[in-house]
Amino acid sequence: MELIMEQMPIVIRSLNSGFLQTLKLFFVTLVGSVPLGLVIAFGSMSRFKPLNCLTRIFVWIIRGTPLMIQLMIVFYFPGLVFHNQIWRGMDGRFTAAAVAFIINYACYFSVIYRGGIQGVPVGQEEAGLVLGMTKRQIFFKVKLLQMIKRIVPPMSNEIITLVKDTSLATTIAVQEIIWAGESFAKGSQGISGAIWPLFFTAVYYLVFSGVLTVLLGWLERKLEYFR
Amino acid sequence: MAILEVEHISKNFEDTEVLKDISFSLEKGEVLSIIGSSGSGKTTFLRCLNFLEQPDTGVIRVGGETLFDASVRQSQQEAEIRRKRLHFGLVFQSFNLFPQYTALGNVMLARELLAKEQPDYKARKKEIYQEIEEEAKALLRQMGLGERMENYPHQLSGGQCQRVAIARALALKPDILCFDEPTSALDPELTGEVLKVIKELADKKTTMIIVTHEMAFAHDVASKVIFMDEGMILEQGTPQEVFEHTQQERTKQFLSRYTNG
Repeated sequence: MELIMEQMPIVIRSLNSGFLQTLKLFFVTLVGSVPLGLVIAFGSMSRFKPLNCLTRIFVWIIRGTPLMIQLMIVFYFPGLVFHNQIWRGMDGRFTAAAVAFIINYACYFSVIYRGGIQGVPVGQEEAGLVLGMTKRQIFFKVKLLQMIKRIVPPMSNEIITLVKDTSLATTIAVQEIIWAGESFAKGSQGISGAIWPLFFTAVYYLVFSGVLTVLLGWLERKLEYFR
Repeated sequence: MAILEVEHISKNFEDTEVLKDISFSLEKGEVLSIIGSSGSGKTTFLRCLNFLEQPDTGVIRVGGETLFDASVRQSQQEAEIRRKRLHFGLVFQSFNLFPQYTALGNVMLARELLAKEQPDYKARKKEIYQEIEEEAKALLRQMGLGERMENYPHQLSGGQCQRVAIARALALKPDILCFDEPTSALDPELTGEVLKVIKELADKKTTMIIVTHEMAFAHDVASKVIFMDEGMILEQGTPQEVFEHTQQERTKQFLSRYTNG
């Protein structure tokens, strides 16, 4: 116990800077995948058959394979196949991870969006049309909020999952919090063979997902004024 | 002059003929009831009038203006169709109120959006908004919903929802107000309150087309009744002619289910 107290300041500093990378990956993924998901959703609902087919196959592949494999493919593929490692240095690793995460999460989001869009009854659109509204007005004034209400609960689920999925980036040596925790088991900054820092990372995830749960719950309640 | 003239409307969905050669005319202030069994094309016909479906043949004229002519290739511009639609109002069987707006918001929304297209909107914004709000409130009061204006649709009964929907349609002052089985989703008690407001509208000489299964109501309120079967008008006339001096066997057969049951 005494030893742990001694190691604590060094470990915490290291975990904090690792968690900063975790947070960065989390937010970059969200910012990229939320709009990209919408593009994929529209692709998968397109009446143009080839586009429709292609997007659905793409979503199937991404959702049907582990994110960890996707990370490795994105990271190693350019170097192995084209003998051109485009992901150079720490920033390169982070970017590769972000690309894999954004694509992966965009596909999951696209399916949620599609459900939300198709879940709004046709009658809503027809009522708007009969009242002389334009398609644009119907989308923004009538359907959008109903879609958002529908997608918030499943999106919350995915977002909480994303918090923990960021840990997969450690497999391509992005220096996020798991990587930082593990380093003390391998030996770093004069500490080696310490397994507790790795266990301690769980606290970070727990607190962060707790904060998100509260925020998303608040949003869900905000939308409860209508049904 | 007739306010509505419908000539030779027909409509196919792939191989099935849903409407066959529908023709009739309606005078201003008249109430037309369309009766007939499910699948006889009544709803499709109303949807054609409201440009939710496009007929394959025929002409639709309102107040002498040709709104639709299948023989003329029209540029189906969205703005054009929107303008034509405003001659008609449509009240749906399932209300289709906008859940995120209050009763008042539902009645006001389309008017507000239309007002934005007025050239003097920016200058008279406040005035126009107040005008729209006053009219919407008056309509809701007329529907007996003076106490319910700030409620959301999920806080209202089915009958109240349908009355909001009627007010919403009336807010745009359509020439002809159409009802697609307005009480079919309601229990008998709620049906009564909705029929009552429709009756009041009829007394005020509102031109209406009502697709309904409420035969007694059609008999009392309509000035004209059409019986449709398999996409055709089998019989039309005054309520007395259709209900009491029925000509066609098929109509008699249909009506007997209501009188015996």
